[in-house]
Amino acid sequence: MSTSPPALALEGISKRFGAVQALRDVSLRVEPGTIHALLGENGAGKTTLMHVAFGLVSSNTGSVYVDSARVEIRSPADAIAIGLGMVHQHFSLVPAMTVAENLALGGHGVLRTREMVDTVRHIADLTGFALDPSARVENLSIGAQQRVEIAKALARQARILILDEPTAVLAPSEAEDLLRWIRRFADAGHAVVLITHKLSEALAVADHVTVLRHGRVVYDDAAARSSVHGLTAAMLGTDALASTEYVRAGGTAGAAVFVAKGVTIRDERGTLRLRDASFVVHEREILGVAGVEGAGQHELLRALAGRAKVDAGVIERPPRVGFVPEDRHRDAVLLDRSLTDNVALRDAARRRGRMPWAAIRAKTQNLMSEFDVRAPSRNVPLRSLSGGNQQKLVVAREMGTGDRAAPARGAHPVAALVVENPTRGLDVRATADVHARLRMARDQGAAIVLYSSDLDEVLALASRMIVLHGGELREMPLDRHAVGRAMLGA
Amino acid sequence: MLLALGGVAAIICAIVLLLLLGGYDVPSALIALWTGSVGTWYAFTSATLVRAIPLMLTGCAVAVAFRAGVFNIGAEGQLLAGGTGAAAIALAFPSAGPVALAIALIAGAAAGAGWAGIAALLRERFGVLEVISTIMLNFVALYAVSFLVRGPLQEPTHAYPQSSSIAETVRLARLPGAGRLHVGILIALAITLGVGWWLRHTAAGFRLQVVGESPTAAASAGLIDVRRTSALAFVASGALAGLAGAIEVLGVTYALYEDLSPGYGYTAIAVALLAGLDPWRVVLTSLLFAALEAGAGAMQRDANVPSTLVAVIEALLIVTVVATQAIRRRRSVGARTDDLELEVTT
Repeated sequence: MSTSPPALALEGISKRFGAVQALRDVSLRVEPGTIHALLGENGAGKTTLMHVAFGLVSSNTGSVYVDSARVEIRSPADAIAIGLGMVHQHFSLVPAMTVAENLALGGHGVLRTREMVDTVRHIADLTGFALDPSARVENLSIGAQQRVEIAKALARQARILILDEPTAVLAPSEAEDLLRWIRRFADAGHAVVLITHKLSEALAVADHVTVLRHGRVVYDDAAARSSVHGLTAAMLGTDALASTEYVRAGGTAGAAVFVAKGVTIRDERGTLRLRDASFVVHEREILGVAGVEGAGQHELLRALAGRAKVDAGVIERPPRVGFVPEDRHRDAVLLDRSLTDNVALRDAARRRGRMPWAAIRAKTQNLMSEFDVRAPSRNVPLRSLSGGNQQKLVVAREMGTGDRAAPARGAHPVAALVVENPTRGLDVRATADVHARLRMARDQGAAIVLYSSDLDEVLALASRMIVLHGGELREMPLDRHAVGRAMLGA
Repeated sequence: MLLALGGVAAIICAIVLLLLLGGYDVPSALIALWTGSVGTWYAFTSATLVRAIPLMLTGCAVAVAFRAGVFNIGAEGQLLAGGTGAAAIALAFPSAGPVALAIALIAGAAAGAGWAGIAALLRERFGVLEVISTIMLNFVALYAVSFLVRGPLQEPTHAYPQSSSIAETVRLARLPGAGRLHVGILIALAITLGVGWWLRHTAAGFRLQVVGESPTAAASAGLIDVRRTSALAFVASGALAGLAGAIEVLGVTYALYEDLSPGYGYTAIAVALLAGLDPWRVVLTSLLFAALEAGAGAMQRDANVPSTLVAVIEALLIVTVVATQAIRRRRSVGARTDDLELEVTT
């Protein structure tokens, strides 16, 4: 039992973002010379907590102590000055610059090449990493880029290193190398906070484990006394939630609408995301997709919606598939255009000839009243609507079966919809609205594929469930524990 | 509305202030500005409208490109390329009359499209920023014309740096009773109005706007080929500017020479921006700028006011319009603090 003060202590940290309470009275003590794993599901609060420590986010209550002295951390500069370093999940490197230049970022005074190069060599010796000062970051492999990111923190003499999901993007051998290095770093007397959702990793390398759930600490103990079973239970919760009766609609599923056979998908970097997956989605059904970030769900959804290609296999889908992307402002709307113009986006790609503005205007009006989109008129720029109303319009647009677009002869138009984090950024009422719409669409015969990083949301809406993990796709029963375990690969 | 009137008032005050500061005779300067642009029928047709033709087409060219997210600063070079193409055809087939005229116009548009195509290819293949490549190509075009009119295309006596005059039969006819105004105005109007209609009322026009406004939304909407759309818009823009050059040669100058354009391609950017990148409004803004430039000449002749004052006025116009647009937008949206951009990745 160590009698020295904790290297880093967070006491009573709470943080609220608008309507969302991200952290609730969280306390964490990291001893020097140890690796402290911070575990939790998506949305549990792990990254937010470390952002508070690193000065990227201010907390509403609570204090931060370094070596038992209370500190005010208002920005990353303050954090770096007292010896904290953070390696982010999404790297903060400048691709077009060299390794030496990236390490020099944030320095003061005159830029001297010789000094920069020496710093890189020094860090390379210290860590055993192979760092080429003149290599351009964009030409490095992901593993190498991550080592540069770590070197950046070390160049500022970080004694307390925070790593956010460091092995998420690494190949297994690279991940092992990294974990070994982290162990050596901690053994040299430094403190490490390892944010991860990988239980096996945490137990393999950490000295102490803390689990967050819904912004609260639900488990805090030495790794030696922890087990996979115990940690899983803590992460997923053994409370009443597990036995909640999720509302199901009456009516059985109908004909197949989406058929995936032997689908293999790689992301833009060429990393394999999904291998040889096959499944079917029927009419009157919501297929829930679950997976931790980076499990391939975004790529799969886009392939189902016809917005991206698959690398192998076949996806049979209807010609018109609605798609609600998770980044609404970037991918779904034209913020400075009117509601009418945004509704016109729906079929913009396949239309020929004239734009039937009169019909589109009428459709916009109908969608606005049917989906209760609050706006002064259909001519105002979309930007002036609240987030909830913007999203309702997007959902309405993608769900609407169209403005007299000719259905296949004889068949009635079946709505096919792919939805990604549909209630992100929405308040409680707007969220309930969107959920009601999805259920209504399903009852009217639609086939819907739904992914949300909020597992409870998916479970509340889905008729069936698939889980993505490690490139594999498995169909799971609608049981929170089973799904949660499958998401973690347990 | 109040905002727009405020803007106009501000500009008028600025003009009077500048004239006073320069010690010029304000009334005579303003009168010259007026009579030189729209005060007389002759001025209106032969000074203003004639200048409005290339401004309208190049303004339309720039508007189309900018709408698609392509920053085509090369309308000047594309115009020169078009003038060269038209002159070459007109000089080669003087006897073929109206047919040669038609082909010369098409050749001009094609030459302009090809000139823009170079920059489009560089953008596509090598990621070269079109702002840079098009400006550079402007200079290349200028020196190419300079070379041509001193070499291969020079008039037979080799006394002047210009081509021979094109034959009467291959010229754009003047409109009777309208001074130097020629049929080109009808072509320019028809095309600009047509392009405006195409942008507003066709699916392809809508797609072009979407690509320019948000390439990510375009890609997500499915199947909109962003790269192809912007490349085509780029080339079409060049064609419009090339046509402007062709019309200048065939309707005004009747020969190719270096000073074919007093910077129409650059003024076109102001014309397009002031029109909010809408071809229908380009018709109006091109008239405005044409009138200002026509009046500038008169101001210089009659009141000794340097014509560069008009350049200052044009700049003030742009700043005022952009400012009023920005103010209007900020008012309508307000601060939306309840819309959380939740990037809460915990």
